[in-house]
Amino acid sequence: MNGSAIAVSGLRKAYGGKTVLDGIGFDVAAGSVFSLLGPNGAGKTTTVNILTTLARPDAGTVRVAGHDLASGTREVRAAIGVTGQFAAVDDLLTGRENLRLMADLKRVRSGDRVIAGLLDRFELAESADKPAAAYSGGMRRKLDLAMTLVGTPRVIFLDEPTTGLDPRSRRTMWDIVRALVADGTTIFLTTQYLEEADELADRVAVLSGGTIAAEGSPDELKRLVPGGHVRLRFTDPAAYRAAAGALRDVTADDEALTLRIPSDGSQRELHALLDWLDAAGVQADELTVHTPDLDDVFLALTDHDAPTGHDVPTGHDRKESIAR
Amino acid sequence: MSTLRTHRTPLTDSMIMLRRNLKHTVRNPVTVFQSVLFPIVIMLMFVKVLGGGFAVGEAYIDYVTPGLLVMAVSYGLGSTAAAVNSDMTTGVINRFKVMDVSRGAVLTGHVVITALRCLVACAAIVGVAFAMGFDPGASALDWLGVLGLVLLLAFAAGWLTVALGLAAKTVESAGMAAVPLVMLPFLSSAFVPAHTMGTGVRQFVEYQPFTPIIETLRGLLAGDPSGGDAAAAVAWCVGFTVVGYVWAVATFKKRA
Repeated sequence: MNGSAIAVSGLRKAYGGKTVLDGIGFDVAAGSVFSLLGPNGAGKTTTVNILTTLARPDAGTVRVAGHDLASGTREVRAAIGVTGQFAAVDDLLTGRENLRLMADLKRVRSGDRVIAGLLDRFELAESADKPAAAYSGGMRRKLDLAMTLVGTPRVIFLDEPTTGLDPRSRRTMWDIVRALVADGTTIFLTTQYLEEADELADRVAVLSGGTIAAEGSPDELKRLVPGGHVRLRFTDPAAYRAAAGALRDVTADDEALTLRIPSDGSQRELHALLDWLDAAGVQADELTVHTPDLDDVFLALTDHDAPTGHDVPTGHDRKESIAR
Repeated sequence: MSTLRTHRTPLTDSMIMLRRNLKHTVRNPVTVFQSVLFPIVIMLMFVKVLGGGFAVGEAYIDYVTPGLLVMAVSYGLGSTAAAVNSDMTTGVINRFKVMDVSRGAVLTGHVVITALRCLVACAAIVGVAFAMGFDPGASALDWLGVLGLVLLLAFAAGWLTVALGLAAKTVESAGMAAVPLVMLPFLSSAFVPAHTMGTGVRQFVEYQPFTPIIETLRGLLAGDPSGGDAAAAVAWCVGFTVVGYVWAVATFKKRA
């Protein structure tokens, strides 16, 4: 397959006169992970809905898996798999029956083998014959994704696939995504966990106010914003005051007894900094190096944004910081 | 037939969906209670408790059975509305919509299972009626007419209910939306003749859709097919089917 699995240009969508997407465009290379970030209400779910044929764009062209969305809707549907924000599993059917339903609808040959394989891979074999209503949240998400994988779609859309999952289940999901990419599948991922985008994505686009505020690899994006610093923490207030007085060009936090010194985190700069601290007689109890993470990028790029209200609110805005 | 996974007919997609709906019905005792047992409970209440006090000019079981058939159809609708809405709100319908699956197959599945449940409920009603001394004068052809009209009504009410279920915001409100359809048989000539009612109520009863349907069934079961206004009965059913179908398909396309 040539270059791009998803090609979007000039995409616009308004709901009731309110512009949600104001001409966005991006390209997703086949076999890569593309992550769309943005605050709640930025239009992430609207974008996913359009790309997966659920909603029609007002303007713009979209090609998915080599087919035009408008003229080749059926071909697009046959090539994609979608896992939404909420596990769309049939509660009254067992896990196995849910997978069987997908296999039947997709006319998958040797469905039994495919189903058994997916149940094993997602560690659902033991509960395969229990109704999905009895599954835990993590198991439902896994079943949901397993259902999406029936028929091996070439392009998979994951809309906040790990929201509400515990850390272990989240890591299991990440492993599954990595394995899919290794097999050549293209993944379009929206997430509110920046750590997730950092872990998985080859390219990241930040959606803000209906436009793409920035796009690039996670490392490229991190270089866009300042925020690298060395943090010194003191336990003795006297030592803290002495250090704060001796060092210029620092941000002091009197409550936490910490000092932040701008730094790019390179060995050369750290060395210079340590020499400087020794010379000034500063003895910190803890020294940590903080490189800019996607949190910094996200906050810098989406700062002045009021939610426009088309993403489903998830009830929390929590972002996990990436401690490095 | 050489290409893989492209030749598909709506019928087979609908059959796959229907199999899913059948499993739902069998596994959900509430559905079975609502659509099959509850009409029989109402039947026993009317025939054994209240019916003795009604003067209808014939054995009460003979008078009331046609109305009970219509009631059996309408009682199954609440679970259909709830099931359709649950598919909508849990994202199951969106899951089908992003697949290369014939549009509407999931809705057809719901309508067909509704009709099947109605048939089972009506067969149960007729069975219990016979056990209580029901003595119809219907010929085999008349019985066929009864079956046809019950099925027509079931499909009409089924499409209307599917539309209600799709349009409702929550499962609870979907169940509520079907209540008027469940209540209508009580405001008809199902249990007592219209001419025994007060003026305002009587006019409503005479012109509401279930009355001509019940009277047509009554005529057929009595072996007198001309006893009811069959044309009006069929027209109401066809009208409901068209309105329900168009509304359901439009809502299905719109809601994502």
